[in-house]
Amino acid sequence: MKTNHQSERGNESRARIDLGADPMPLYMASSAEQQKQKQKGGGGDEGSGKGDGTQKLAEKGEELKEEMDNLLDEIDAVLEENAEEFVKNYVQRGGQ
Amino acid sequence: MQKRIYGIETEYGIIFTPEGRKTLPVEKAIRFLFEKLITTEHFLNVFLENGARFYQDTGCHPEYATPECASPGQLIIFDKAGERILEDLQLYAEEKIREERIGGRLSIFKNNTDFVGNSYGCHENYLVDRDVDFYYLAEQLIPFLVTRQIYTGAGKVFQTQDGIHYCVSQRAQHIYQKISGTTTNDRSIINTRDEPHADREKYRRLHVIVGDSNMSEYTNFIKVGTCSVVLQMIEDNYINKDFTLRNPVKAIKDITYDATCKRRLRLDNGREYSPIEIQREYCEMAQKYIEQYPVTDDHKKAVYMWQHVLDCLDTDPDKLDRQIDWVIKRRLIQSWVDKHKTTWTDPRVLMLDLQYHDIRRERSLYYLLERKGQVERLFNDEEIDAAKSNPPQDTRARMRGEFIKLARENSIQYDLDWSNIRLGNLLNVRVICNNPFETDTEKVAELVRTIQKTNLRKTSLSKLVIQS
Repeated sequence: MKTNHQSERGNESRARIDLGADPMPLYMASSAEQQKQKQKGGGGDEGSGKGDGTQKLAEKGEELKEEMDNLLDEIDAVLEENAEEFVKNYVQRGGQ
Repeated sequence: MQKRIYGIETEYGIIFTPEGRKTLPVEKAIRFLFEKLITTEHFLNVFLENGARFYQDTGCHPEYATPECASPGQLIIFDKAGERILEDLQLYAEEKIREERIGGRLSIFKNNTDFVGNSYGCHENYLVDRDVDFYYLAEQLIPFLVTRQIYTGAGKVFQTQDGIHYCVSQRAQHIYQKISGTTTNDRSIINTRDEPHADREKYRRLHVIVGDSNMSEYTNFIKVGTCSVVLQMIEDNYINKDFTLRNPVKAIKDITYDATCKRRLRLDNGREYSPIEIQREYCEMAQKYIEQYPVTDDHKKAVYMWQHVLDCLDTDPDKLDRQIDWVIKRRLIQSWVDKHKTTWTDPRVLMLDLQYHDIRRERSLYYLLERKGQVERLFNDEEIDAAKSNPPQDTRARMRGEFIKLARENSIQYDLDWSNIRLGNLLNVRVICNNPFETDTEKVAELVRTIQKTNLRKTSLSKLVIQS
């Protein structure tokens, strides 16, 4: 078993997700809103005199969005093709 | 009880999807799963080298019962190992099915429901002292078990006439009693089946059948870890508050429909608490308890995690989208719905729900998230792989596992149950092991040597019983 406590890491990762997606977590935002956030983040860095911090946050947000997009593409690649039929046929006998 | 035996039995959902004209009824499909397991035991009911039992259960579900484990952490590793074993058997079965020239695919799910209202279980077993008053223990435990689904639930997309609901738990809708003796009709929170598989004068079994099957290691660990701490507090008479619910069976259903986890429930004394508040009370007692009483590291860890998840549930449940099954799955579905600019009524949403629980890692959405580092892990693949063929070293399972290996190497006939080993060609030598904490493998090794010497494989001796 790992010794460092995972819930602490859980907090960190959470913070990471929120940074890119204020006020709504990225995965909850519609793609249009994500686009808006992306533009907002990207625009803020150029010539606005804001420090590296903002740029890093924006990059982080960008990275996370890309990660999520990739993940969703992979879900589509493995998702059962005949989903509706599969679910309809998935009838189990009652167990214990 | 500080030293305790833990076990989980998981019933899996199974379906064969034919391609072409030939199909395979589930009764037959399940038989292919057992093809790879060569044994002298009964077909469809075998013990494995890691000490676990694998068998066909009521309603044609493959069921894996972990070996006797000595800690919650170990138990979760052996539960995961069961998924991997089943995945291996599934691959082998598919090959065999192809050889029979039947086109199609076998799917196995670690969940607890289909979408038409059938349920199959995940049963937790805790060994308890015979001295403890069972009904007192059950009554004390029930408010905890009813409300814990807010962090142990595996989540379920539930279709009703009013539309789609996302429920916290898979199992909650299928519970009709507080305590009962049956598991298939009047399913209860706690089952009274008292099979300790050990000295009945010393021990009894606490059989909790209200839980969900978990994919997340974190969720699974906190489920067993917190229950174990609460159990120990009850045994030590440490719980000094009364949370008896006016209607626990109704409460369990109300909670599953309320993803805010804050809707209040009425207690017997007229007061109202939310599930989070009830869990907080238990958790606060546990925090004090672990300071004052000797507990294991797993218990401390579970209490620490417990506090963390309750804090998150209180402020924003989505913070648990790496730890708790129902939140992880909800996040996944929501992201997918957003990407496709569709809604939760999309029929593919039900498939996403189901496929989260697929045990075949290349198709499973849970394992996709795991590969992407999107879920919190507590254990690593090496630990889980090792548990596929090596029994726990600190319980009776060690003797059983060792025996199975030796018996196979020496082609000795045997038959097993949890506390008995029978061997010899008439199965006339019997070793009784009533102590689940016993680990002396030398005894079984010696027995195998004796059998070889007397050549019991070929001749039959008179009946021999050895008390271990």
